[in-house]
Amino acid sequence: MKKLGLLLVSCVLFSANVLADNYVIDKKGMHASIQFKISHLGYSWLWGRFNDFEGHFSYDKNNPSNSKVSVTIDPSSIDSNHAERDKHLRSDDFLDVEKYPQSTFVSTSYTQNADGTGVLKGDFTLHGVTRPIVIDVKFTGEGKDPWGGYRAGFEGKTRIALADYGITKNLGPASKELDLILAIEGVRQ
Amino acid sequence: MRLSNSHTHFGLISILLHWIMAILLVGLYLLGDYMVDLDYYDDWYHSAPGWHKSTGMIVVGLLLLRLGWKLTQLRPMPLVSYKVWEVKLAGLVHHSFYLLMFIMTISGYFISTAKNAAIDVFGWFSIPAITELSKTQAELAATIHEASTTVFIVLVVLHIMAALKHQFIDKDKTLIRMLKPDDSIKSTGESK
Repeated sequence: MKKLGLLLVSCVLFSANVLADNYVIDKKGMHASIQFKISHLGYSWLWGRFNDFEGHFSYDKNNPSNSKVSVTIDPSSIDSNHAERDKHLRSDDFLDVEKYPQSTFVSTSYTQNADGTGVLKGDFTLHGVTRPIVIDVKFTGEGKDPWGGYRAGFEGKTRIALADYGITKNLGPASKELDLILAIEGVRQ
Repeated sequence: MRLSNSHTHFGLISILLHWIMAILLVGLYLLGDYMVDLDYYDDWYHSAPGWHKSTGMIVVGLLLLRLGWKLTQLRPMPLVSYKVWEVKLAGLVHHSFYLLMFIMTISGYFISTAKNAAIDVFGWFSIPAITELSKTQAELAATIHEASTTVFIVLVVLHIMAALKHQFIDKDKTLIRMLKPDDSIKSTGESK
């Protein structure tokens, strides 16, 4: 029984390898970013980003719906280029990073259109709350790099409401939602 | 009115530095405690931290001035009525005040300059950042700032209680010495 289980697991792993290529998000070379923008009072956009994250995805251009993505973000790495604001964003008024030291995204489905745009669905965990989100994805390219590797890249956009994730600090009526903008490049393993 | 200290009295400069800094430091504590919970739409949301940082930097200047003044001045003798433990405890508290004033202001400085931004002091001038801190170091500065100010304010309460004890229970000249610089009060502690 145990052997059968192992066989099954290896079959699944093997088949996954055959059908889709596995990529690791290029964190070392930082050809990836997780940025956000949120309205300031309704007058302008405040941009920020998460500096520390890691993740991997599998992607099969012949069968994109077989693709999977998994990303882990360190919310304490939030960076809005302002020391006191970042400190405030890490505090329990916002991300409460001491209590919730990890944010994750795990995909549940992906559909890609012929023009390279697609829809990625998955579970996003932030501030201890897990909710399904839909990310609008655009496949930006793939191919050999000049150093002997193979890379694939995507762009993603989604909008989340802060209150959905239990972040209720009032920033004004124009700032209840924020946009997440993802630029992801993976190196094929 | 005497500006400098004598063996029996604090001079006007020491007294003024004591009270000005006392008011500023207690004010900083209350303002700091108040400002971190302000609503985003509060009128003071930006001005309160501005005043807090500016005043904190003024306190650094006063602290250096005071330390320089203290080191070059005569130290009024303890009153003979003081018990040994009182003198020792008071000495410990006074030294802790100086140490804590440095810790509080330096940690506060690093909270605000963690991302290389200068500290603007009431729009008069600005104090540049020395170095950029990692987020761990910035959080450490914040923890130290909060902890040291808490210890400081506890010691301030102890200091005030001690002053009131000398005034109303011991009925000695301790508090008067920190209020009146002139030589009209004869200290019983003049031993030399």
